[in-house]
Amino acid sequence: MEFISILSIFVLACFVGYYVVWSVTPALHTPLMSVTNAISSVIIVGALVASAGAGGSLSSWLGLAAVVMASINIFGGFAVTARMLAMFRRRVR
Amino acid sequence: MNLASPLLPPWALVAYLVAGVLFILSLRGLSSPTTARRGNRFGIAGMVIAVLTTMITQAPIPPGHWWPRPQPEDLVTLAKILGAIGLGAVIGLMTARRIAMTAMPQLVAAFHSLVGLAAVLVGWAAYLDPQSFGILIPQVTGVDGDLALAGLAMINPISRLELGLGIAIGAITFSGSVIAFAKLNGTMSGAAILLPARHVINLGTLLAILGLIAWFTQDQPIWVIAAITALSFLIGFLLIIPIGGADMPVVVSMLNSYSGWAAAAMGFTLHNTAMIITGALVGSSGAILSYIMCRAMNRSFVSVIAGGFGAEIGSGSDEARTDRPWKRGSAEDAAFLLKEAEQVIIIPGYGMAVAQAQHVLREMADQLKKAGVRVKYAIHPVAGRMPGHMNVLLAEANVPYEDVFELEDINSEFAQTDVAFIIGANDVVNPAAKTDKTSPIYGMPVFDVEKAKSIMFIKRSMGGVGYAGVDNDVFYMDQTMMLLADAKKMVEDIVKALQH
Repeated sequence: MEFISILSIFVLACFVGYYVVWSVTPALHTPLMSVTNAISSVIIVGALVASAGAGGSLSSWLGLAAVVMASINIFGGFAVTARMLAMFRRRVR
Repeated sequence: MNLASPLLPPWALVAYLVAGVLFILSLRGLSSPTTARRGNRFGIAGMVIAVLTTMITQAPIPPGHWWPRPQPEDLVTLAKILGAIGLGAVIGLMTARRIAMTAMPQLVAAFHSLVGLAAVLVGWAAYLDPQSFGILIPQVTGVDGDLALAGLAMINPISRLELGLGIAIGAITFSGSVIAFAKLNGTMSGAAILLPARHVINLGTLLAILGLIAWFTQDQPIWVIAAITALSFLIGFLLIIPIGGADMPVVVSMLNSYSGWAAAAMGFTLHNTAMIITGALVGSSGAILSYIMCRAMNRSFVSVIAGGFGAEIGSGSDEARTDRPWKRGSAEDAAFLLKEAEQVIIIPGYGMAVAQAQHVLREMADQLKKAGVRVKYAIHPVAGRMPGHMNVLLAEANVPYEDVFELEDINSEFAQTDVAFIIGANDVVNPAAKTDKTSPIYGMPVFDVEKAKSIMFIKRSMGGVGYAGVDNDVFYMDQTMMLLADAKKMVEDIVKALQH
């Protein structure tokens, strides 16, 4: 992919992010932080490529360590978000 | 142009795009508590798609190795990766299940530090093994793109820029989050620690990092990338230590933003749309949250990040606190007034979280509702130690979210309110923010509690002041009853008194 097409995706995604995040209700700002934290661990993609790389054992061990960290975040982040969201209830009548 | 992405089959590119769209939808779901849980599931689905696509197309088993049968070393790699994911899953799930809701700010800071460190490690791995990342300059246009010799292999200059930025942002996120975690967790004092000439040191370090990144685009010796990493760890540390505890909502949001930009930088390196979209989403999310927090304190982002708030002015306003008369009330007095009220507005702050008073507070509200009192909760955007902190604690205590209101939605109601019940908050109800131009909190939007018929102020003692270090006129008003005790103990006593 050309650099410019990647940059375009990035810039447009920033605008999407801007509008989507402003529509988040302030009551859910803490779950917003925990879920953004979980999805930013998509960096695991890079960690996986590094772990499986053929270019030397140091880089693949660094990759594996990054896989562990990103996995903690992914599982922990989504689980704690789900736990918080389950607590937001309507009034019981 | 590069060697990795042409090898990806078209379906994989589409899959990454789908993952990116699912991440957008996961944030979109958070616009209302009713759709939020579905949003979280979209996020999980996106992550599963991104991880599976990577594992099938690039790692652990490189393209073409699936058939006729995988090589033994590929299976070893697969086992290692699954082990790493399993280890992370166990740690992550255990933490998520056990963590107390009051400790959520620390947890989020800790999670940010992991994203930052992962970015640094991935950046280093890409530097050490550029071929696997497909970021080498193709030297000879070979059929299999395998001809770049290890010693001579030069990384694409644009990729070097992305790597440098990604490592720098990741390292700042890591060390900054570690300090934020230590401050929030009480491992380290929450007070602002001020080094002499800190602005000069910080600016110098930042310029040095930028200079090194510029150098790195020209040449790629290992000491440059090592220096970028080391200085970025240092600057993350230096940036956060002068910032006091109550400014942590801004810091945590800012680090949230940085973790996104770090992921985006790695996405550029890997030409991966899922990573780029996510990085942009998270980056803007954190930036907007920082902006909301700063606006709610009427302070500029620069002044928060420069740090030292509270520490410099903390002892300045002593003479204002001369012996002005104030009234002390008991739990029984409070219970009597509360029961007679038509409408009570509860204003919780960080003190409620510290005292873990949210459950007993909800019991008190239940008692009052039974007695026919309307009870509402009013949340200031900067209450607590992270955006939305109070809302989560109240939700944990089974307070229905319809009873919880934002500042601008409820502020006009104080004039029709019998009791404003302040528990663990201080600066957010200080009228000096509206009247005293010399006050450090002047201009900050605050609750108009002084319009309520009576005010109850739970506080440990008369000695302490709020984070901003300023006295609060509300203490001395005619309609104010000071309830001096631990917040939880006091509310428990009020509940007991209400039962009689």
